[in-house]
Amino acid sequence: MIMATLLGMDYPTWWFLVVGALFSGYAILDGFDLGAGAWHVFLKDEKGRRIALNAVGPVWDGNEVWLVIGGGAMFAGFPVLYASLFSGMYIPFMLFLAFLIFRAISIEFRSKEEMKWWRILWDTSYCISSAMLALLLGVVLGNVLNGIAIGPGYEFTGHWFEFLNPFAILVGITTLALFMMHGAIYLAMKTEGKLFAEVTVLLREAIIFFVVCYVIVTIYTLVFIPHLSDSLQKNPELFIVPLLAFLSIANVPRLVSKGRYLMAFIFSSLTVSLLLILVAIELYPVLVISTIDQQYNITIYNAASSDKALGIMLIISAIGAPLVITYTVFVYRTFWGKVKMDETSY
Amino acid sequence: MDVELLARIQFAFTIGFHYIYPPLSIGLGLIMVVMEGSFLRTGNKIYETMTRFWTKIFALIFGIGVATGIVMEFEFGTNWATYSKYVGDVFGSALAAEGIFAFALESGFLGVLLFGWNRVTPKVHFIATLGVWLGSMFSAIWIVVANSWQQTPSGYHIVGEGSNARAEITDFWAMVFNPSSVDRILHVWIGALIAGAFLVMSVHAFYILKDRYVELSEKAFKIALVAGAVFSISQLITGHMSSNGVSENQPAKLAAFEGHFNTQQSADMYIFGWVDKEKQAVYGPKIPGGLSYLVHWDFDEPITGLNDFPKDEQPSAVNAVFQFYHLMIALGLFFIALTLFASFLWWRGKLFSFRWLMWIFVFSVILPQLANEFGWFAAEMGRQPWVVYGLLRTSDALSANVNAKQVLFSLIMFTLIYILLFLLFIYLLDRKIKAGPYDESKMEDRPFQRSIVQTQKEI
Repeated sequence: MIMATLLGMDYPTWWFLVVGALFSGYAILDGFDLGAGAWHVFLKDEKGRRIALNAVGPVWDGNEVWLVIGGGAMFAGFPVLYASLFSGMYIPFMLFLAFLIFRAISIEFRSKEEMKWWRILWDTSYCISSAMLALLLGVVLGNVLNGIAIGPGYEFTGHWFEFLNPFAILVGITTLALFMMHGAIYLAMKTEGKLFAEVTVLLREAIIFFVVCYVIVTIYTLVFIPHLSDSLQKNPELFIVPLLAFLSIANVPRLVSKGRYLMAFIFSSLTVSLLLILVAIELYPVLVISTIDQQYNITIYNAASSDKALGIMLIISAIGAPLVITYTVFVYRTFWGKVKMDETSY
Repeated sequence: MDVELLARIQFAFTIGFHYIYPPLSIGLGLIMVVMEGSFLRTGNKIYETMTRFWTKIFALIFGIGVATGIVMEFEFGTNWATYSKYVGDVFGSALAAEGIFAFALESGFLGVLLFGWNRVTPKVHFIATLGVWLGSMFSAIWIVVANSWQQTPSGYHIVGEGSNARAEITDFWAMVFNPSSVDRILHVWIGALIAGAFLVMSVHAFYILKDRYVELSEKAFKIALVAGAVFSISQLITGHMSSNGVSENQPAKLAAFEGHFNTQQSADMYIFGWVDKEKQAVYGPKIPGGLSYLVHWDFDEPITGLNDFPKDEQPSAVNAVFQFYHLMIALGLFFIALTLFASFLWWRGKLFSFRWLMWIFVFSVILPQLANEFGWFAAEMGRQPWVVYGLLRTSDALSANVNAKQVLFSLIMFTLIYILLFLLFIYLLDRKIKAGPYDESKMEDRPFQRSIVQTQKEI
């Protein structure tokens, strides 16, 4: 089959990059607000919690759009992947939806009543759902990396609870730790005074938590899931990516200790991207490894839509991306700087 | 219960619940654009006050709309995997376009709309409001395009056979402008705009009855009444266009709408009625040849009846389809009568003189919601047993590996969450309405760009 190409790359590969970029954008953006949410009940007083909530207040909804677009892009570009992964991971995705809803309503409802029990209820719900969303994203990623029981017709043939395996849980916790570090840096950027002092203490703990998780997951991968380092071994020049990821991670505590939170935030965002690039390198051109037989691996080629469809959507993305970036920048500029509460705040 | 039924119930329930909110966002968005535009044009603070008041309610509606909307996107993959594989190549473009062109615009500007009052100039804020409203309108376009493609597929070809068959796109614009999309986009838009207008009229009629914020409420009510009247009348035209489209493209659905079984000289139109599928009869008052007349402008022209279709290609729930369709039309006619009557009183200078009329407006808020829901139920049940008309059966569209227990779990989960969500929604809506718009005297010491220091002191 002759495949259409653009700048020497076939369309499925382009679309793999588009979907990857969207998920990377999502992980960076929703990552910090999920992470900030996961810290919520660790903040001591009511006023601090309210400011922390308003630090993500104007942007969390826009951040979640990236998930909608990323999901849509995956559906459009790789329908087979979308169908197999979502139906195979039925329970985690349903729980994901439940927490997504709980999180949205917690943000919306928390400050609407003065009663103490009301605020504690929604604070807790906001915190737990933020943490669970990060965890579930990681669990799904862990399953994709580890491989799932994909059989004939690219149908999932395993049992519904197989998503709970040690590696997936480990990746889930690491994702949570990464987002909590990322979110704490964001909170440090957006707060001042007593709350800021509180956040910096939490941030130090977050960094340690993440580094420990990262080391464990790396060792676990090298020992138990050797296939995930195949492409690095075949292409040694790609070692630059884990090396950069390592440097980027190491740079975060350095910048934090100097109090340069914006740069630290940029580097933690870079870390998120580099780790996802690492995932992409390890998988490409496979999207989900079948644990039953290699021939059932879902790849970007057997999962992709037609070249015609991918071509149309590349045009849509090329027109849409500058627009999305423009108003994302506009919104962040409008709310730049420390959180200022006013009568419109949550 | 079998997995197909459960999956259908779950999808119908989640999308039916979701659909309470987007039409309100679209309809309220337009009214807010008009209100804020009036503020910019006249400089009258009263318009700013009402815009700010409705912005708060908009935030609540929009928040629940987003949270319940992502559910459907996921459900395509989780519950309807075969369908996703079948339509992904075609349907995906529309969904991706919705995300990039519409949803990003909407959610991006939402932050500025809700929280930017003291951070940007009034003009920029107005642009944000407009952006959010346009985003919601664009969103409707792409979603209805995707749905319409399922009703009247075009611009595609089928690749593969049996369980590996799938539709591939051949012509993007033919997919976008498939035979039913334009009629249905207009119909959905206007249905949403009516819903928004009725919400605004309901709340302000309530204030007028309670003698609160009367000056503001009368102004706001009139803005919404103009919208309500214009759109209710327009809906008659788009409704007619839609039904004509159905008669051409989905004759079995049209036959179900009117409970029309035998292809005969003429088809009747019922005012209301009851369909007995066994006896193939409809009981109720009718206009003989009415359906023939509306479709062909001729009372005697025959219309294809349900019996002309193979048993396994007929909608199974004919009576339900009939009832939803007729209730929708009855409600639509009621909106026209009510808004025209109110407009007439306005012309005579007596719009706010009748308390009973205001009470009718207070309670009518629910009716456009019902009409929108009923319309979709008629459209979606009427195309059964197909999920993609003539190509893919609903029963073939499921996820092969998801069993009834899993779906039952998620269905119960959604039911509980949505009951909670709905109760909270009503509770908070009620509180916001009771709290009312800002006090005008307070607004005076709330000039634009109030110093941040002062704001923080208050908190």
